Amino acid sequence: MSTFWSLWVIVLTLANLALITWVLFANRKVALDDQAEPENNTTGHVYDGIEEYDNPLPKWWFYLFVATLLFTAVYLAVYPGLGNFKGFGGWTQVNQLEAQQAKAEAKFDETFGQYVDMPIEQIAQNREALKMGARIFANNCAVCHGADGGGNFGFPNLTDNDWLYGGTPEKILETLHNGRQGMMPPQGPVIGEEGVKNAAEYVLALNGLEHNAEMAAEGQKVFGTVCMACHGMDGKGNQALGAPNLTNNIWLYGGNREQIQHTIRGGRQNVMPAQKDMLREDKIRLVAAYVYSLSRQEDEQQ
Amino acid sequence: MTTTVAKTGPVPDYDYNIVRQFTIMSVVWGIVGMAVGVLIAAQLAWPVLNDIWQPFTHFGRLRPLHTNAVIFAFGGSVLFATSYYVVQRTCQAPLWGGWLIPFTFWGWQIVIVGAAITLPLGYTSAKEYAELEWPLDILIALVWVAYALVFFGTIAKRRTSHIYVANWFFGAYIITIAVLHIVNNLEVPVTAWKSYSIYSGTKDAMIQWWYGHNAVGFFLTAAFLGIMYYFVPKQAGRPVYSYQLSIVHFWALISIYVWAGGHHLHYSALPDWTQSLAMVMSVILLAPSWGGMINGIMTLSGAWHKLRTDPTLRFLVVSLSFYGMSTFEGPMMSIKTVNALSHNTDWTVGHVHSGALGWVAMISIGALYHLVPVLWKRKEMYSVKLINAHFWLATVGTVLYIAAMWVNGITQGLMWRAFNADGTLTYSFVESVIASQPGYVVRWIGGALFLLGMLLMAYNVFRTITDDTEETAERGEDKAAAQAV
Repeated sequence: MSTFWSLWVIVLTLANLALITWVLFANRKVALDDQAEPENNTTGHVYDGIEEYDNPLPKWWFYLFVATLLFTAVYLAVYPGLGNFKGFGGWTQVNQLEAQQAKAEAKFDETFGQYVDMPIEQIAQNREALKMGARIFANNCAVCHGADGGGNFGFPNLTDNDWLYGGTPEKILETLHNGRQGMMPPQGPVIGEEGVKNAAEYVLALNGLEHNAEMAAEGQKVFGTVCMACHGMDGKGNQALGAPNLTNNIWLYGGNREQIQHTIRGGRQNVMPAQKDMLREDKIRLVAAYVYSLSRQEDEQQ
Repeated sequence: MTTTVAKTGPVPDYDYNIVRQFTIMSVVWGIVGMAVGVLIAAQLAWPVLNDIWQPFTHFGRLRPLHTNAVIFAFGGSVLFATSYYVVQRTCQAPLWGGWLIPFTFWGWQIVIVGAAITLPLGYTSAKEYAELEWPLDILIALVWVAYALVFFGTIAKRRTSHIYVANWFFGAYIITIAVLHIVNNLEVPVTAWKSYSIYSGTKDAMIQWWYGHNAVGFFLTAAFLGIMYYFVPKQAGRPVYSYQLSIVHFWALISIYVWAGGHHLHYSALPDWTQSLAMVMSVILLAPSWGGMINGIMTLSGAWHKLRTDPTLRFLVVSLSFYGMSTFEGPMMSIKTVNALSHNTDWTVGHVHSGALGWVAMISIGALYHLVPVLWKRKEMYSVKLINAHFWLATVGTVLYIAAMWVNGITQGLMWRAFNADGTLTYSFVESVIASQPGYVVRWIGGALFLLGMLLMAYNVFRTITDDTEETAERGEDKAAAQAV
């Protein structure tokens, strides 16, 4: 704010406050005692039969008014309000926020600090840590992956042992830190509609699903020249590229004929957002341990 | 001081036709606006009701219809009726303005019907309480200028030496609403029913709430204080308590209110200094607001016994109590630390309705019950018992509404800010919605009771107007006979 506008604000504010203070004191016929009967002298005005008493201002009301004016004087001295004058208290809403955040961070250091250096496998053994990990998951991850981590169409299930990018603690941390860009290029223009349909039959066959054997045999040729680049000769995928295993009947975008054709024809794009700028390192480790434990559960049951 | 008594000659021929028109429409629009309110309250309790006729009956379309209908259609009609009535009688001059007078009535009705059509169709400028699109905005401005000409023209032709305090408030409201409406609705039309505000970002928000808060401050407060200053002393038959207090609280109220809008934008992108100024000005507003309440309630001293027999007076006095309560609540909620809890919760909705139902609607109803017999030359309303029933429905309805919203608001505020030790939120948003559901049901019941009272009023007004006067006279005699026994 330029000096001119700052002065404009200050002058207008103080002038308005001064004027109402003047009106208040200029009419200062204040009751000496609110309990006493008012004199009830009329002003002599009559409007449509309505008269007006010239009674004084109630004492308590007068002091209430003065009190709010005094409060204002003090407040405007301590807090910003009069244009560019910052107030003697140095308060801003930003530094109030920062102070609260710093306080919270300090508290979190106590709660979470111990996990910064602890190995993920060890955190995953700690009940308290897993509980916190579960809450962080519920607040940040459940929106896509589901409250139980079971995933959804387009969002991977985190509770099974099928991993797009790998399920070791290191890989889970890498996924959380940097996020992932899933990208299946559209193959329709490359292999033609015939190729799309044949390849889909072959993928169905790989999963032991009902398929047309003739078309699948044709599809295998397409697979061997195009798809294998990422999904591997045996179709078991490649975690280094995030290429899914196509033989275990687990599907990110659905496993029926039309859905598979659609995926091959038009490709798929997907994003897991990077968390490293959104969550503290120790929180990321707690979530990683929680996700790691989700997949272990299945191991233990087996 | 000079007396005006001597100058009072024969009473001039007042223009009551326009007052009668607006009085009838007050009742009609009151019922329409409140019925929509009851419907959207039910939608919040039972969301399936949004689907009655999508998309026209969706909450998002009907909510602005409700606010526009109760504030501008109901409140506006009451203000036109009472201000036209009061300015004539206290100035002892018939309305000035010729064809401008009927223009304000028909123009205003077209604006209301236009709102009732365009808002459910989804035409909106997306500014709260100023949703109407630019063609209607222009019509409002024209009607308002005509209104100002009629009102001040009549003041200019007055036969009393002073201007009565009620007219100070009406005058301040007419001038300020003109400024607020025009400045906030400056917009660039792109099609017949779409425009964009000339302001953007934080400045747009500040202008909007400068408007929004003073729609409350001038339309719903100053103007209704004008009603209070005529109808309370008139109905009580007592002089106004303190002329001094009138002067002090009038000037303080109208000069401070315009500063306070920024308190709707605490902890936002609005600069710190603007927020602070809005807050202290809101705190200062407490005493000037209470000045009106004191002047109204103290006017009754020496006439308290009338409350036992006169439900119309009871409406007026209870409205002042609700006014005092919500003008205490307002400054409190504008304090930043309180606002951090209350903002965006149902507490705000409760606060608005303690003012809207308890103060604005109740004083309007009291004034209308005073007006109807005078305007149609009846001795009294068709049924005083029905006024009494209306009074209790309105009071209980308002209390249920406010209490439900207080409980909901504080529950929501506390749930949203609850943290676990590990810094995660204790409750998801939907849990606070589930916790609010019982309150939404109670609020709906309160609103429905209030609406029921309005239906009684409509019947009572209808009978008062249509029953022939002889019958009324007979009833009056019956009553006199009954009292004699």
